[in-house]
Amino acid sequence: MSQVNRLKSGGRIDRDRPISFKWRGKTLTGFEGDTLASALLANGVSTVARSFKYSRPRGVVAAGAEEPNAIMQLGSTQATQIPNVRATQQALYEGLAAAPTSGWPSLRFDLMGLVGKIAGSAMPPGFYYKTFMYPKTFWMTYEKFIRRAAGFGRAPKKPDPDQYDKVNQHCDVLVVGGGPAGLMAALTAASSGARVILADEQEEMGGQLLSSLETIDGKSGTDWVKTVLAQLSAMNDVTLLPRATVNGYHDHNFLTIHERLTDHLNVQSGSVRQRLHRVRAKWVVLATGAHERPLVFGNNDLPGCMLCSAVSTYINRYAVVPGQRLVVMTSNDSGYQAAIDWHQAGREVVAVVDTREGVQGDLVNAARARGITIFQGSGIIDVKGRHRVQGVEIAKIDVQSHRVVGGSQQLLCDTVASSGGWSPVVHLSCHTGRRPEWDQDALGFVPAPTSEPMVAAGSVTGCVSTADAVKQGRDAAVRIAEELSLMPADVAIPTTESREQSQGMAVFHIPHTKPTSRAPKQFVDFQNDVTAAAIEISCSEGFESIEHVKRYTALGFGTDQGKLGNINGLAIAAAVQQKSIPEVGTTMFRPNYTPVSFGAMAGRDCGALFDPIRYTAMHAWHARQGAMFEDVGQWKRPWYFPKGRESLADAVNRECVATRESVGILDASTLGKIDIQGPGAREFLGRVYTNAWAKLAPGRCRYGLMCGEDGMVFDDGVTSCLGEQHFLMTTTTGGAARVLEWLEFYHQTEWPDLELYMTSVTDQWATMTVSGPNSRQLLAKITDIDLSADSFGYMDWKPGVVAGVPARIFRISFTGELSFEINVQANYGLHVWEALFEAGAEFNLTPYGTETMHVLRAEKGFIIAGQDTDGSITPYDLGMDWAVSRNKPFSFIGKRGMARADCVRADRKQWVGIKTQDPSIVLPEGAQGVFDPNAPVPMPMVGHITSSYWSANLGRSIAQGFVKGGLGKMGEAVYYPLADGSVVQAEICSPVFIDPEGERQHV
Amino acid sequence: MLHIHCPHCGEYREEEEFHYKGQAHIARPTNPEACSDQEWGEYLYFRDNPRGDHREVWFHATGCRKFFNVVRNTLTYEIRESYLIGTEPAGSAD
Repeated sequence: MSQVNRLKSGGRIDRDRPISFKWRGKTLTGFEGDTLASALLANGVSTVARSFKYSRPRGVVAAGAEEPNAIMQLGSTQATQIPNVRATQQALYEGLAAAPTSGWPSLRFDLMGLVGKIAGSAMPPGFYYKTFMYPKTFWMTYEKFIRRAAGFGRAPKKPDPDQYDKVNQHCDVLVVGGGPAGLMAALTAASSGARVILADEQEEMGGQLLSSLETIDGKSGTDWVKTVLAQLSAMNDVTLLPRATVNGYHDHNFLTIHERLTDHLNVQSGSVRQRLHRVRAKWVVLATGAHERPLVFGNNDLPGCMLCSAVSTYINRYAVVPGQRLVVMTSNDSGYQAAIDWHQAGREVVAVVDTREGVQGDLVNAARARGITIFQGSGIIDVKGRHRVQGVEIAKIDVQSHRVVGGSQQLLCDTVASSGGWSPVVHLSCHTGRRPEWDQDALGFVPAPTSEPMVAAGSVTGCVSTADAVKQGRDAAVRIAEELSLMPADVAIPTTESREQSQGMAVFHIPHTKPTSRAPKQFVDFQNDVTAAAIEISCSEGFESIEHVKRYTALGFGTDQGKLGNINGLAIAAAVQQKSIPEVGTTMFRPNYTPVSFGAMAGRDCGALFDPIRYTAMHAWHARQGAMFEDVGQWKRPWYFPKGRESLADAVNRECVATRESVGILDASTLGKIDIQGPGAREFLGRVYTNAWAKLAPGRCRYGLMCGEDGMVFDDGVTSCLGEQHFLMTTTTGGAARVLEWLEFYHQTEWPDLELYMTSVTDQWATMTVSGPNSRQLLAKITDIDLSADSFGYMDWKPGVVAGVPARIFRISFTGELSFEINVQANYGLHVWEALFEAGAEFNLTPYGTETMHVLRAEKGFIIAGQDTDGSITPYDLGMDWAVSRNKPFSFIGKRGMARADCVRADRKQWVGIKTQDPSIVLPEGAQGVFDPNAPVPMPMVGHITSSYWSANLGRSIAQGFVKGGLGKMGEAVYYPLADGSVVQAEICSPVFIDPEGERQHV
Repeated sequence: MLHIHCPHCGEYREEEEFHYKGQAHIARPTNPEACSDQEWGEYLYFRDNPRGDHREVWFHATGCRKFFNVVRNTLTYEIRESYLIGTEPAGSAD
C-alpha cells in the first residue's frame, strides 16, 4: 500500500525525503514533515484504535492536541516504550514504531467486546459501579482485566536510557502559543525590549496559519510566519521553544513547559530527550487558540468522522486527503472551508449540511460558486457503515425543539466533517483556580478577567478572524510593555483578508427521529466513550451538578481533559435540566494540559542524584569491612558488620557480647550536633528541655528530653556545657534539622530578648563511641587525658589529644557500659578510628552498627525517641519523672501540656519491660497486648510493643512497650495474640534488663 | 509554586526555600500555669481557617533561616505582604 491519499503537490512535507515507519509491525512510508497521524491517513489507515468501553473502531478525528482516538504506544524496545502519545502530535521519523495503546488488536480475544455483551448492548453510565461492585472482593480481579483490555498504554519495562533536564527560567513575558496572536505579541514585546519566551506545542510555529490558505501582509501565512520568526531569532532576549507545551499554569505566574528535543528524531540515547522548563514569568500572554468542536450525532465515532478544521489541516499542511467523498455538517461558516479545500484537492464534496437557514457569508458563497450542494436547516442524524463511514442519513431538523421535522435521505460518502463552532483553549487559565466565563457571542467559555499579570489574545478570547488575533496580540504586548515601564515598540499590524461571516448557531447535539436513549450512539467524549444518552441518564438518575455528571460518566477524564467533548457535554446536561450553559457551569481543567513523561519531571534527580546521601568520615572503612548499611534520614549508617557468611542475627549477637565482655565501637557521627552560645544560652536550654540546666558546670554533660507544648516527647539527647555561655547539644540522627528549626522558632518568635546563637555542627565533628569494660584501657593507649574514675567521672567531658589530634571526650553511655565518646574534627575521623583499631587489637575491639546499638540500649532500658515514642507520650508515660524538673521558675515547653487532665490519668499507657514466659519467643514490634486473651473479639487492647530483641547477653528475648497503667502492674501478666493465632504470655517488668544499679558504667 | 518575598533578605525567592509554619500572631501565654485546660487547648490546637486573607508564619529555611509573617489569600494564593515578626501588617484593617 503506497500513500493512496497523498496529493501530488502542496503541503509542508518534503517529498524528496521519504520516511519508513512501522505501524502495528507493518512497514509504511511517509514524508519528512508528516505527523504519525498524517502519514497513517496518507496510507489509507482509517482505524487506529478500539474505544475504551465499547471496543468500537475509531479513526483520527483531529490534527492537534485535542485528538481523542489516535493515542499511541511508541518505541521499538522494552526500554524505550512511550505510552499515550497522540499521533497528531508525533513527528514522523525513520524507524518510528507505533501501535495503538488500546488492547486491540494484540488481543485475539476481545475481552471488552465480551464485557459489552455480558452487560447487554448498552453499557449505561456508572456501569462499572453498578456491575462490578459485587462481590466486593472480586473488584481487584475485574479491574486487572478491564484495565488491561481497555488499554491505558504500557510503561517501559527496562530503565529509560534517555536523559532529561530541568531548567529554571525567568522572563518578562512568556507567550503561550505561536499562532498569529502569539507571534505578534512576542514580536511587539521583544521589540519593546522585554525578555521573551515563546513556546508552542507544535513541530513548528505558526498555529492555524500553517494549514490555512489565507494571506497575511500580502504573502502566504507560512511566509509571514517565517519573516516574524527570523526577526525574533535575531533578537538577544528572545527564547523560541517549538515542540514545547506549556502544560501547567501555577501560582504567582509559575509555568511549566515540556520541551521535546529529540522525540521527532531517530536518535540513539546520549543526548537530552526532553526538558522541563520551570518559568517564573512577570507577565503571561495566553495565545492558546481554540479547538474546533465536533457536533454530536448518531454513530459520529465511525472512522472517517473528523473535524472540519482537521480535514483542512491534513489537506493544506500535509497534502493528505483523508477520503474520497466528503459530507460536511456545520453550524457556522468556518465549516465550509473544509468543503472548499476538499474540492480544491480534486475530490468529491457530496454536500454541505448546514444547521442554519438562509446563510450568506463569503465562505458559503465560495462553496456555492464551486457548485457544492448545500442543505440548509438540516443535520446528519446518523452515519452508516461498519468499520468506516459508508454514508449518512440527513434530515431537516428543528434545533429549538430538538426534533427531526422532515423525512430523511441517504447520501453516500466515506468521510464526514463536522463543525459546531470553536472552543477557546481555556485550560491554562483555569489551572490556578479561576473559572472561565461563558461568552454568548463566541458560544464558548473564555478566560475570566483576572488581577494576575496575564493577558489573553487571539482565538482563546473567542475572536474568529486573523485580523482580530494579530491586533489582540500586539495590544497585549503594548499593555504589558507599559506595565513593565518599557517604551512599547511601534510594530505595524499586518494586513489580513477581510471576510464576511454570518452568525454561527448554538447547536451541539443533533436530534434523531428516536429519543436519545434509543437512537444510535451519539458520542460526546470519544476517549472516555461517553454518549449523549449517558449524560441524559446521569442527569435523570440525580447526578445534576456538572461535577457529578463528569464523575459518573467519566466525561473529560484523564489525558483528554475535555478538549473536544466538554462543551457538548455541558450543553446536553443543560438541555436536560432546562438550564443555560453558564448556569450549569463547567468542570475544572487541571494540570497537565497534555501528558508529561515522568522522565521530564524527574530530570536528573534520579539514581544517585535522587536524594543527597550523607556519609560519615569513616564510611570508607565501614565499606571495606563489608558493613551492611541502613538509611537513617539521608545518612548511610553501618547496620551491622558481618564476618564471613554471618547472618544479621549472628553478627548482632557477636557484636553485643563482645561489647559487654571487652569493648565495641560505634560510629555515632550522624547524631545531630548544635553549638549554642551566648549569654541567653543557659536560660534557653532551661526553657526547651524538661529538666534543669541552671547549675550545669563547664565540663559536665546532662541528658535532656524535649517536649512539644502538648507535653509529648519529641526528641532527646545529651547536652554538654563547654563554657559558662557555651553548650553543645546533641539530637537524634533523624531529628537534627527539625530540632534546630524548632529551637530557632522559639528563639526568634517568642524569646528574641535572649541573646544566643545556634549553629549546626553535625558535619564538622566525627564521633566514635568506645564502649565496654576495656574501653578505658584502650583509649588510654592513644590519649594524654587522664581517664581515671577519680578525675574523669561519669557525665564529664574533657578536651585533649587523641591519636595526635585535638579531641573532646565525653564520658556518656548509651549501652550501660563504661563508655567514652570521642569527637574530633571530621577530617581527622578516619585517622583516629584507625588508630583505635590499631590499639584495640589486643582487646578484640569490635565495630558494631545500629542494630547492636538498639539491642544494647534496650537491654539497659534506654528509649529511642521516635521508636518508643510516637508524639502521644509524656515523660511520665515513659517512667522518666527524673528528667522533668517542675521547680524551674520558667514554665518550660511541655510543662503545661503534660499537666492536662488527660495526661495525668493513672491508667494511661505506660512504658514498661515485657518479659515473655517462653524466653525463646521474640515478640514482633507493634504486637498489641490484652489483659484477657479469652475476651470476645474485638478484644480491649492495652498497649503495643515498641522495642523487641533477642538479647545474646541474657540468653533470652527482651521487649519494651506500652501497657495501660503498666507502671503499677509490675509482675502482672499481659498477653499478645499474634497474627498466626498464637497467644504469647508475658510478664510486666522494669524496662531495665541489665545492671539496674548502674554498676557497669560507674567504674 | 509560590513566589515569596523574604523581608530579611529583601528578595523574592521560590517556595522551595521556605517552610510553612502555620497561623501567625499566636502568642505563647506568658503564664501557662494560669491557663485553664480549655485555654491551653485553644492555644495548642485551634486555628483559623479563613476563606480569604490569612496571616501566617514562614521560615526561610534554606536562605537566611529567619522567620517572618505574610498575609496570603487562601482562595487566590495572592500574597499581599511580608512583614517582620513582632510587627503588624501594613494593610491590616484591625
